[in-house]
Amino acid sequence: MRVLVCVKQVRALGDEVEFTADGTDVDPDYLDAALNEWDSYATEEALCVREAHGGEVVAVTCGPKESEAALRRCLAMGADRALRVDGVESHDPLCVARALAEVVREESPDLVLCGVQSSDSVQAATGTALAGLAGLPHVAVVTKLELGTGSARVHRELEGGLLDVVDVDLPALLTIQTGINQPRYANLRAIKQAEQVEIAVRQAGDTAAGSRVRRMFVPSRGDAAEMLGGDPAEVARRIAEIVRERVA
Amino acid sequence: MSVVVVAEHLRGEVREVTHELVSAGESLGPVSVALIARDPTPLIAAVNVEGVSEIVTLAAGADEFESDTYEQALEALIAERKPRIVLVGFTVNAMGYASAVAARLGLGFASDVHQVSLEGDAVIATRSFYGGKVDAEVEFPGAETVILALRPTVWAPAEGVGSAGVSSLDLSLSPARARHVEFLEPAAASDVDITQADFLFSVGRGIGDADALPELEALATRMGGTLSVSRPVVDAGWMPSSRQVGQSGKTVKPKVYLALGISGAVQHLAGMKSSGTIIAVNTDPEAAIFGVAHYGAVADLFDVVEELEKLY
Repeated sequence: MRVLVCVKQVRALGDEVEFTADGTDVDPDYLDAALNEWDSYATEEALCVREAHGGEVVAVTCGPKESEAALRRCLAMGADRALRVDGVESHDPLCVARALAEVVREESPDLVLCGVQSSDSVQAATGTALAGLAGLPHVAVVTKLELGTGSARVHRELEGGLLDVVDVDLPALLTIQTGINQPRYANLRAIKQAEQVEIAVRQAGDTAAGSRVRRMFVPSRGDAAEMLGGDPAEVARRIAEIVRERVA
Repeated sequence: MSVVVVAEHLRGEVREVTHELVSAGESLGPVSVALIARDPTPLIAAVNVEGVSEIVTLAAGADEFESDTYEQALEALIAERKPRIVLVGFTVNAMGYASAVAARLGLGFASDVHQVSLEGDAVIATRSFYGGKVDAEVEFPGAETVILALRPTVWAPAEGVGSAGVSSLDLSLSPARARHVEFLEPAAASDVDITQADFLFSVGRGIGDADALPELEALATRMGGTLSVSRPVVDAGWMPSSRQVGQSGKTVKPKVYLALGISGAVQHLAGMKSSGTIIAVNTDPEAAIFGVAHYGAVADLFDVVEELEKLY
């Protein structure tokens, strides 16, 4: 069984923000990178499938050389190999999905796992778009996976926690929700070994986007919170006061 | 500027987000509501609200949502009507089909959109990036049709009784490859019902590990409140999902919601932003939770907890 896991090196914004000269993105100096949280669950699920059914786990990402850090994290967790698609620099999920569709065509996986969404963009769209392009049956927001022969039974987590039990034909694409498993930690030795692994690189072909950011900005907080100043003792005193006053 | 709203329904009930989409669509152009179900007829009345010009029934597939059915039905409708804008909810169902249609047909697409405007013929959508700390205006150059997944609870739901005409579109679909089997109810609250509490003492990822929870719960109780949590605490297995506030957990509206170490992911905010008074404590002054809070403090939650313990 070949499981393809699509992952993203996400970028988190700290306390301060500056924008790029053209105003369409945050200056990269103000961003910290990490493997997307949802993708660590997808990677763990792929490793569990391999452990139960044999085969290999292939991790793929779209992005510049720096995004290989996300792939090395997957390799350290236990992925067998990794590849990166270069030439995709967009916030646009359709653009990323088109680049990944070429990898799916080449790798012919039995199962494709993606995270539900990325923490920096929250589009919840790349996996489903990829399934559409690759012609794969698919289920989004999966919290349980049981592989059968020719099909899988999955739980789709709806609003309010209601679970939709779905039978999906294989090969399929699933977008994986956090909490489906407990992602394993990579030990230091595995992290060191992963640094030595050669990552295959390919150029993206068609990456037509579905959207383009024309301006990024800090939103005005019209009726912003009243900030409680002072030391923690003063903050606690005010909180106690508000709670007593409002909870009759 | 024609607008198609894809109605969302579950177990025979039209979901409120559908009426929010109508309300958002009304300001953009005449709204047609698409009803996709094995038998759409019983759902017609519930989507015939003020602001709807037309209801299009697409009798197809199963009673409940299946991605293949929605994709094929929406593709057929887009081919027939060539709408300028298709509105869907930023919901679990739409996460399962909307971007597939947009990718296959080469449409414009954006999700978790919280503002839409028109500049002449151009559609401009506003959505957030980087943990809700920045917003972006997104445009769709060259796209004749744009699919927008709108953030729930932003637009006020359309109400009243409309006078929309009903038409139908015949479909011949291939069988669904992902099939609804049954629903399983979320685990019932075995101990407390957080939706009934007047005061929720809510903690998130900021607590670091599970060790602090007994002490935090004891403090919550002494303060007359109930302990609730954000999703990462449940994902880590530290608390049962019955205590979870947010889109995939409980929607709560206590008199006071105290958020300690919760950054305010959009799915969390959806579940608590209607609370009477929201107090947020976070070490990150730019945390999105401060955008919905009435009172905020930039502080370490454990420093504040230590001081609260002296008071209770």
